[in-house]
Amino acid sequence: MYLPRLILRNALRHRLRTGLTVLGLAIAVLAFGLLRTVVDAWYAGADAASATHLVTRNAISLVFPLPLTHRERIRRVAGVRKVSYSNWFGGVYITERNFFPRFAVDAGTYLDLYPDYLLPAAERKAFLLDRRGAVVGRKLAQTYGWRLGQSIPLRGTIYPGSWEFVLRGIYDGRQPNTDEGIFLFHWDYLNETLRRNAPRRADQVGVFVLDLMHAEDAARVSGEIDALFKSSLAETLTETEKAFQLGFVSMIDTIVLAVQVVSLMVVVIVLFVMANTMGMAAGERLPEYATLKALGFRPGFLALLVLGESVLIALLGGLAGTALTLPAAAAFSAQTGTLFHGFAVSHTTMVLQLLIALGVGVLAGLPPCLRAARISIIAGLASLN
Amino acid sequence: MQEASEVPAVRMQQLRKSYHRGNQEVPVLNGIDLVIEAGAFVALVGPSGSGKSTLLNLIAGLDQPSGGDLEVFGQELSVLSEGALARWRASHVGFIFQFYNLLPVLNALENVELPLLLTGLSRRERREHALAALSMVGLSDRLTHYPSQLSGGQQQRVAIARAVVTDPLLLVADEPTGDLDRASAEEVLAMLEELNEALGKTIIMVTHDNRAAQRARRRIHLDKGELREGADGV
Amino acid sequence: MALPLTYIARNLVARRLTTALTAGGMALVVYVFAVMLMLDEGLHQALVQTGAADNALVTRRSSETEIQSAVSRQDAAVIASQPEVALGPDGRRLASGEVVVLISLPRQGSGKPANVVIRGVSPDAFLIRRGVRVVHGRIFRAGSAEILAGAAVARQFAGTALGAHLRFAQREWTVVGELDAHGSAFDSEIWGDAQQLMQAFRRSAYSAVVVKLVAEPRLESLRARLESDPRLTVEARRESEYYEGQSRLLSRFILILGTTISLVFSAGAIIGAMVTMYSAVAKRTAEIGTLRALGFRRREILGAFVGESALLGFVGGAFGLLAASAMQSLSFSTMNFQSFAEISFGFVLSPRIALLSLAFGVLMGLLGGTLPALHAARLDIVASLRKV
Repeated sequence: MYLPRLILRNALRHRLRTGLTVLGLAIAVLAFGLLRTVVDAWYAGADAASATHLVTRNAISLVFPLPLTHRERIRRVAGVRKVSYSNWFGGVYITERNFFPRFAVDAGTYLDLYPDYLLPAAERKAFLLDRRGAVVGRKLAQTYGWRLGQSIPLRGTIYPGSWEFVLRGIYDGRQPNTDEGIFLFHWDYLNETLRRNAPRRADQVGVFVLDLMHAEDAARVSGEIDALFKSSLAETLTETEKAFQLGFVSMIDTIVLAVQVVSLMVVVIVLFVMANTMGMAAGERLPEYATLKALGFRPGFLALLVLGESVLIALLGGLAGTALTLPAAAAFSAQTGTLFHGFAVSHTTMVLQLLIALGVGVLAGLPPCLRAARISIIAGLASLN
Repeated sequence: MQEASEVPAVRMQQLRKSYHRGNQEVPVLNGIDLVIEAGAFVALVGPSGSGKSTLLNLIAGLDQPSGGDLEVFGQELSVLSEGALARWRASHVGFIFQFYNLLPVLNALENVELPLLLTGLSRRERREHALAALSMVGLSDRLTHYPSQLSGGQQQRVAIARAVVTDPLLLVADEPTGDLDRASAEEVLAMLEELNEALGKTIIMVTHDNRAAQRARRRIHLDKGELREGADGV
Repeated sequence: MALPLTYIARNLVARRLTTALTAGGMALVVYVFAVMLMLDEGLHQALVQTGAADNALVTRRSSETEIQSAVSRQDAAVIASQPEVALGPDGRRLASGEVVVLISLPRQGSGKPANVVIRGVSPDAFLIRRGVRVVHGRIFRAGSAEILAGAAVARQFAGTALGAHLRFAQREWTVVGELDAHGSAFDSEIWGDAQQLMQAFRRSAYSAVVVKLVAEPRLESLRARLESDPRLTVEARRESEYYEGQSRLLSRFILILGTTISLVFSAGAIIGAMVTMYSAVAKRTAEIGTLRALGFRRREILGAFVGESALLGFVGGAFGLLAASAMQSLSFSTMNFQSFAEISFGFVLSPRIALLSLAFGVLMGLLGGTLPALHAARLDIVASLRKV
């Protein structure tokens, strides 16, 4: 009981220095946690992807559409339970800054495929009945203060013109990582307009989303679908929804990598700060360590004394930083609006945060700990004068 | 103390110690022959650099000799490993330093209790021993004071309590009055005398202070690493 | 009578370990800060260099990018015939109807797919974009399935080297040359014959038309004329402004992320400096008392400690900048959020960035050192002398 008390009192000896070091650690651990959560958020779409969903797109790239006629042939492939489709609409809501994904979807089948979008039956019915109806996620509706029945104008970029939608439903995510930042409307409404204004672009689909009866069939079904359209005017590439989502992340993977490298750098920075603090503390106390040694205490006791203090300070900072991560993430999520969905701090992140604090404490404490254990009694006592 | 009267407290033969400064070997003690009988109160005196502190450190087991033999209470110190030496010090030697060397983060009682951590005593026993030691040095009313709240003389008395709390045979004191005013110095010296006379502790004290040296029962002069036992010698 | 710089510097040298750890922390922060600015500078240079001020890019009205745009052949002919369009050496108007699409190619090494811009151009494109040259191989022959790979594409994507064959849009294409566009966005593109590519991708319309202007200021009259023409629904932009606009979202992202990270990290480094400087003051209390006794005034003590901390920050900043400057030989490629196409750019260190980084380092030092220095300056002479 003596040792912990001694460690605690040593840590509290230079309150200002200890306080500053704890603060530094808390900031670093917080920054690490937030950066990791940002990276997690990028992958959230992939994590939320259903294992039984496949996505079929044009083999050249996403920019090229597929003819709607592919739908029937895809549906006949054995193992496919349901087929839906969507087009990326692009567009601008008031200004370019208001970015959120907008999709024209085959309404009925699409909502069936995404049971994680919880939509009240009445709103679902209202949406399906209104060709200009739209459904949005709860978070998106809150961001712009939209209410049911409200009209929402979009300026077309990929599909020119002014578009007007009526909000008919607001869905909640079933899972914490369900994307509540999406704007959905009727593909039929888009297609009718195109038939009138740009008939060459009508009856074209961005991607088909299909639901399998058994997740194990994914590889076989993908192969069969792509073989079906091989050498046709619109060759397809079919992959799992997860792989499809990961494809987006991989396009910015250098940025993801940079963020990961940077999040490790903050750990090194705070390691320097911590090592400095412990080095100075041990340097000042060499005569005390020599005295303890003269009284008969062994090097192991001194090592524990120094290391214990380092770990104690580091863990205090780590706990504070980890505790602050949750409110900070909530604030960050509120600030960035719908840019990231599923901005949730994972348990792994919190465990890692504490482990990093512990690691910094041990590493920073090691050099002074060896110094204290190895100090010669004579030299240590002499340094007092 | 029967055993102590048969075995001398310290016996050394041709004890040598030298330090390395760069490539140079600097001799500090050049072959010292000395016997200090158990129950003695000895003052080691001599000019700065004479080697008296080095000799004290060797006797206390803080440092290892470069050559020669050294036995303390019959124990050959050079055969002990570092760990064993540490345990030996804990049970056989009490230390009194010029600057007291109390841990600033511990109060008086805790500082005195510190060496007892190395014994098998229970928590309650430790506390009782520490209280007894502090009452012996007259500081029962300062138990929860921290070193910074005590005067120099009081701090040195706490240090003396810490030195005797494990009931060692040998007390070593390095300039115990060096940092104290006259009155406090007198108190400390009186306390050492009493420890020697009433409890039979062997005390070896390094000092510059003539008055302090006079209180010892034997004075050993060192000069340039050699023994010059004075006229008032044995 | 300020305390000499040597006094300040020697104190830093005297406690090497502490100085190294503190400056090391600041160096890392400055490194992150400088790299972020260099990345943004590289992006700007790449995209600003891409467009020429005397070129006009004509797209369908309200399209944000060439990829979203469509301009019919008839409209393209109308655009090319405007009097603001310069004449080429053979007396024809310098206009290139271009088709721009994205194809997905596997990256070198990882094999992960990324979007690459394929630009179908007319032969005049090289007269309009004077910065783009064919450095290896030769230009594509009109009417053949031949393509040119930009330098960054050849470097980063598998199977795009000179002589390689690429399969897309049901055809086999041969890489017959490599483009050098001096690090601009065209380095991240594949060029081919517009007519061939339109056939292969079954496009009847161009994506955009690029024209060389007679003179830079003539853009205004071209814009007015085209936008008032009832036959057309197009808009004309200066090419340089278009490409600068293309960098805006990514640039803002890099700057916001980078600045936030640098600021948060600098808090850690400033704390490190404070710890160090407070300890320096505590250790040198007697020395401060002596200096005061010798006749140095409070503000000189303050100056010495603030200076010491600023120097610490400067040293950290210099090392961070040095490490960052080593990044100049690397290039960075990522998807441009606006065009969805992969773009490759370098880390560019400008004098402004160097200065900003050093200033950032010094500022961290100053912020960390001020409180301890004030503490040092306020010490009582007699009390501090007694600490000998």
